[in-house]
Amino acid sequence: MRMIPPEFIVKIDDTCIKCKRCVNECSFGALKFENDRVVADHEKCVACHRCTAFCPTYAIKVEKFPMSFKDNALWGQDILKGLWKQAESGAKILTGAGNDKPYPIFWDRMVLDACQVTNPSIDPLREPMELRTYIGKKPDKLEFWQDKKGDIKLTTVMEPQIKLETPIIFAGMSYGAVSLNVQLILAKAARELGTIMNTGEGGLPQELADYKDNIVVQCASGRFGVDLSYLNSCAAVEIKIGQGAKPGIGGHLPGEKVTEEISRTRRIPSGTDAISPAPHHDIYSIEDLRQLIYALKEATRYKKPIGVKIAAVHNVAAIASGVVRAGADILTIDGFRGGTGASPQVIRDHVGIPIELALARVDEQLRKEGIRHMASIIASGGIRQSADVLKAIALGADAVAIGTAALISMGCHLCQKCHTGLCAWGIATQKPELVKRLKVEEGVRRLVNMIKAWNLEIKEILGALGVNSIESLRGSRERLRGVDLDEVYLDVLGIKPAGR
Amino acid sequence: MKIDAKGLNYRELNERIHDAVSKGVDEIDLVNVLGQRYIGTGLDREVTLNIYGTPGSDLGAFMDGPKINVFGSGQDDIGNTMNSGSIVIHGDAGNVVGLSMRTGKIFVKGSVGYRAGIHMKAYQDQCPVMVVGGKAGDFLGEYMAGGKLILLGIFKKEKDQVAGRYIATGMHGGVIYIRGGVNKNQVGRDVAVEEVTDEEKAEIRGEIEEFCRHFGITRIDDIMASPFVRLSPKSSRPYGKLYAY
Repeated sequence: MRMIPPEFIVKIDDTCIKCKRCVNECSFGALKFENDRVVADHEKCVACHRCTAFCPTYAIKVEKFPMSFKDNALWGQDILKGLWKQAESGAKILTGAGNDKPYPIFWDRMVLDACQVTNPSIDPLREPMELRTYIGKKPDKLEFWQDKKGDIKLTTVMEPQIKLETPIIFAGMSYGAVSLNVQLILAKAARELGTIMNTGEGGLPQELADYKDNIVVQCASGRFGVDLSYLNSCAAVEIKIGQGAKPGIGGHLPGEKVTEEISRTRRIPSGTDAISPAPHHDIYSIEDLRQLIYALKEATRYKKPIGVKIAAVHNVAAIASGVVRAGADILTIDGFRGGTGASPQVIRDHVGIPIELALARVDEQLRKEGIRHMASIIASGGIRQSADVLKAIALGADAVAIGTAALISMGCHLCQKCHTGLCAWGIATQKPELVKRLKVEEGVRRLVNMIKAWNLEIKEILGALGVNSIESLRGSRERLRGVDLDEVYLDVLGIKPAGR
Repeated sequence: MKIDAKGLNYRELNERIHDAVSKGVDEIDLVNVLGQRYIGTGLDREVTLNIYGTPGSDLGAFMDGPKINVFGSGQDDIGNTMNSGSIVIHGDAGNVVGLSMRTGKIFVKGSVGYRAGIHMKAYQDQCPVMVVGGKAGDFLGEYMAGGKLILLGIFKKEKDQVAGRYIATGMHGGVIYIRGGVNKNQVGRDVAVEEVTDEEKAEIRGEIEEFCRHFGITRIDDIMASPFVRLSPKSSRPYGKLYAY
């Protein structure tokens, strides 16, 4: 008896020329060549579309399995299938990518302003538009000294800053969760674009050593691959406290993904689970966090900004205030739509809050306390397009981090099977034959193109807003309006409704 | 050379240490140390630091090579994520000793607090070692992924247990030796507790001799004559069965 119906049905029509390309491309084992024809095992299909992308005759169609459940607003199909899976396995349901549940998306309920008549807009094709962003702690005040000749010099000692040519950086994705080729693409694209990538918590593969000025290294609870050369081979160090896709829990990279190369990078025996405990065992309070921030500052001789990444949770504003007061130079807030290489579904889909609300509250709280300049804010977790970047910056972010969007530029089709390690696109896998499918140069070209396109769109909107630098939009909530939002959400977001 | 730490805050003190080390000084006596954090943190040379007094937390964090001797007790997070070198504490140590250490050695003459040896790692022949002469608090060797942790229980009151609760919870690599033994209910699930044979005792004698040498302890045969238990993970994948794909 088969309790769980397949999710998809694979139809192969008679235009098939039996080239078997699809059979070779399917890493999930859903296609076989038997009795002189391609046969599908529908249950194994995940709708990654690798086969359709390579079928020369468009002979393959992946459709939703046509099985109607009796309508039930309470007991949806997903819930039934989850229960059956648990009844069979007795285990937590693991999943990949980000929260896909129909929670409201506040980006889509905010609209941007534009100039008309009274204040002229700017044509970004004719006039310079500044996207440069500096990330790091800013001084309380600037002090100058005038010498006898009348020359004025800045005497304030500036904390270390990272110079970005675009307010878009790449989110932490570890070697282990993603393939080496993904990290190489991110590093090369970051260098070309003048931005930064983040190693995630899996250590720094030696192949990335050349790109250190465009890399943020992570110090997470597992401390994988963390040593002095790692801490000094980077533009900044980030303490990872939490991740939007799985706030409050750690991570388990299953032993079968811990290959020889990953074991070398993480400094653990190969084949053992790479376990990141839920908390850092040296951080049980804000004071402890301060201690680690300054341990990292000592270890890097105060030459690098130290960031802290937290998941967006209920009391995020108060937590953020503590993190900034603890000495973080960069605060990354990851919303509940953020992606993951693997997370229990119950956590991914039900824990945390939307980044839009978290960001607005954090920015407001830090301003209220007069400490907003002490740290740059990076917003992440569900940034899908240039419009989201602009709205995030208008809500108060200094920059945004993108993970899923960057992977999509490389070919990810969001089948959400990252946790299986079978990614047909060579992204979330360590199998050499699959990793090879992701061509580094091609990936760099596509990712750089996507960000360049976003940059153009951002400049277009800045021009329409009548400002000539991204800094002028930061925290400028007057340029946002809410559509279809009630008073409470407008209040939390700190914006007016459209029409006012 | 000698540095008087009296009245210096940690940043001033560490700046002086880093300065001296970068000028090639290979042994520094630090006197009047009183709670300054991060001593030896981020040092990457084989320098010897002799500390007189009580250093603050994160002693030797992220360090790669130094030999630190503390003639007194230490505070929390000693040897945090250290890569190599050695730390010898002639008194007691606080919580979270040797968190995530990758190689190198830590010897504590007295007792350690909670969460000692958590998530120690190993890679090929790089294997960290920690030897504790007294007793240990709860969560000893939690999430241990590699390395060797030896708990001797020689400096403790007769009635005291050698270690607290939740020993080796989530352990998936490495080995813990405890002199005298523990109750099964103190130890995490999925951890095997076995008597140590005489042959295996001979294998850890080297580390225990080194411990005794540091602290001038001569009764090593007495120590070795006691029964030891070995704690090791039953599986390198303790959480492998928790998930449905």
